[in-house]
Amino acid sequence: MDVGAIIFLLKTSLMAMVPIVLTSVGAAWSERAGVVSIGYEGVILASAFFGAIFAEISGHASIGLLGGLFVGALFGMLHGFLTVYLKGDHVIPGIGINLLAAGLVPFGIIAYWGTAGQHTLPFTLWHIQIGHNEFSPMIFVTIAIAIVTWWLLFKTPLGLRVRACGENPEAADALGINVEKYRFWSTVYGHALAGLAGAYMSVDWLGLVHKTMSGGRGFIALANMVFSNWNPLVSLIGGWLFGFFDALATWLAPKHIVPEQFIYMLPYIMTLVIVAGIIGKARPPKADGKPYKRE
Amino acid sequence: MKSSGKPGVGEILEKINFKAFVESIIAVAIGFLIGAIILLAFGYDPIKAYTALFEGGLASTENIAATLHYSTPILLTALTFAIGSRTGIFNIGAESSFYFGAIAAIAFTNIWGNLWFGLLMGMVLGALWALPAALLKVYRGVHEVITTIMLNWIGWYFVTWLIVDPYANPSNPIKTIRVPESARLPTIGDTILSWGFIIAVVVAILMYVLLWHTTLGFGMRASGYNQRAARYGGINPKAAIVWSFIIGGITSGLGGAMKIMSEFPGYAISQGGANISGFGFDGIGVSLVGRNHPLGIILSAIFFGMLKAGTSSMQQTGVPLEIVKVIQGIIIITVAVPGLYDLLKKSFRRAA
Repeated sequence: MDVGAIIFLLKTSLMAMVPIVLTSVGAAWSERAGVVSIGYEGVILASAFFGAIFAEISGHASIGLLGGLFVGALFGMLHGFLTVYLKGDHVIPGIGINLLAAGLVPFGIIAYWGTAGQHTLPFTLWHIQIGHNEFSPMIFVTIAIAIVTWWLLFKTPLGLRVRACGENPEAADALGINVEKYRFWSTVYGHALAGLAGAYMSVDWLGLVHKTMSGGRGFIALANMVFSNWNPLVSLIGGWLFGFFDALATWLAPKHIVPEQFIYMLPYIMTLVIVAGIIGKARPPKADGKPYKRE
Repeated sequence: MKSSGKPGVGEILEKINFKAFVESIIAVAIGFLIGAIILLAFGYDPIKAYTALFEGGLASTENIAATLHYSTPILLTALTFAIGSRTGIFNIGAESSFYFGAIAAIAFTNIWGNLWFGLLMGMVLGALWALPAALLKVYRGVHEVITTIMLNWIGWYFVTWLIVDPYANPSNPIKTIRVPESARLPTIGDTILSWGFIIAVVVAILMYVLLWHTTLGFGMRASGYNQRAARYGGINPKAAIVWSFIIGGITSGLGGAMKIMSEFPGYAISQGGANISGFGFDGIGVSLVGRNHPLGIILSAIFFGMLKAGTSSMQQTGVPLEIVKVIQGIIIITVAVPGLYDLLKKSFRRAA
């Protein structure tokens, strides 16, 4: 293994880390407030599609990122409305969102660009030059978001109130916290970050929209959230680890040491192994996924 | 409740859960309505598209046979999700158990060209692939949504390797070797519909009997309703969960095996697994619209089968077939609205 390969692995692993960490951080915040969602996979995919459209219309990749954030927030409002205000099941809407995105994106690619299955963007996000290497600013933005979210969640009164909604909503309510409001906006924040992750994949990292581009990342992010014990800071480590295996698979696949299918399995197997090994110690928030009804 | 000699209409309606039935119908209607808006937004004619869709699924005996043919695999994967739901778990692993059922049909019927052997091995492989998620859930407390999704991806890459390498057809490398003639499911009459549909309906009825008329089924539903209460009642929720995964794996595995053994005229898996992917996820929608009830699922599977049968004629009008998935997604989100029936009734009363 030469220096070039090491730099390739490092760079690719950081790029691959971004969507996992963003989604994990968002999901952790939402679940800390007590709302579970498994729809992040669909949100990533749909935002990748809409983010690309926003970018192409405006001519700026950064507008695409904001567009993704916005679309993610809309999905969060839908999920929050169903789960927080209507007290519905927390898992079923996610199944619907995933299926909706899996249909809407290939449909939209044909209807909007007239190509089947895949569309390549004419431009991508501007990158920072460090020596001979380029780095996406989104890598630094993601690290910053993880740190700030951690700080807000664990070091400020706002975070304390959010966590109270997820641990003991009755007590939070008794203290005058509007549980429904906190839960709703936490859900919106969680899905908005997943939307940013999706838009990043299309307008920055891959520079294309493909009908299966989310590739299970929404679920891997949930696994990473559990691995990191619902802590945004720790999810940086887990996210980078996944990014590394993703990069390793991309690097190994063309070498034909073993059939490529076995290499592509790697990130998923690692996720399974890590989650299986760690989970006994992880503890979800007490009222996670439980609708709260005032007596 | 008053008991008269003959059961009243209200009583019968209560037994088939009238409210749930109406809610499913409303959800379907809303799905089509929003689907129409999306079609309009992208410049397609929704009336033309839907007419073609329904004609494709119902217009002739042949089309109805196609509808039932397409409903068979999703009926069986829906049962996987349903039995999971009844046990209180979200088993989304039907997708990969289905792959293993399909590859089992190819692999084992070419060892011994017996129909029942192929079906049996499909069920065995489907159940085996569901087992890791069950054990991780019971012994390590890992959420089944994460494990089953990871297993789906691992299973996908493994089976696509099996398709292009060990079981590739040397004379037609874009397909696998075929199921031998002696192990193919016979068709009914002169249609593409095979006896697989009848088998699937029988399996659904058996699952109904299992869930509501056996001790094991009672234990499953009890632990799905309230684990702690079930444990006090002498039920072992861990065993119930493991059985739920195994039985779910069996039905999906059977679905995969029957898909390939009734795949007229090729009787093989095509390149990239195109004819075995997506059935597990479709099954989730079928199950939710059928209210996770085996008998409701039979109806809902036939409905979704009609959509599948109709897509190709809808596609001929120039509408991308993926709109059907969009409609399915909206239907599921609508089904997730709790008390939809009461909600609408209330708002109608307010409007009147």
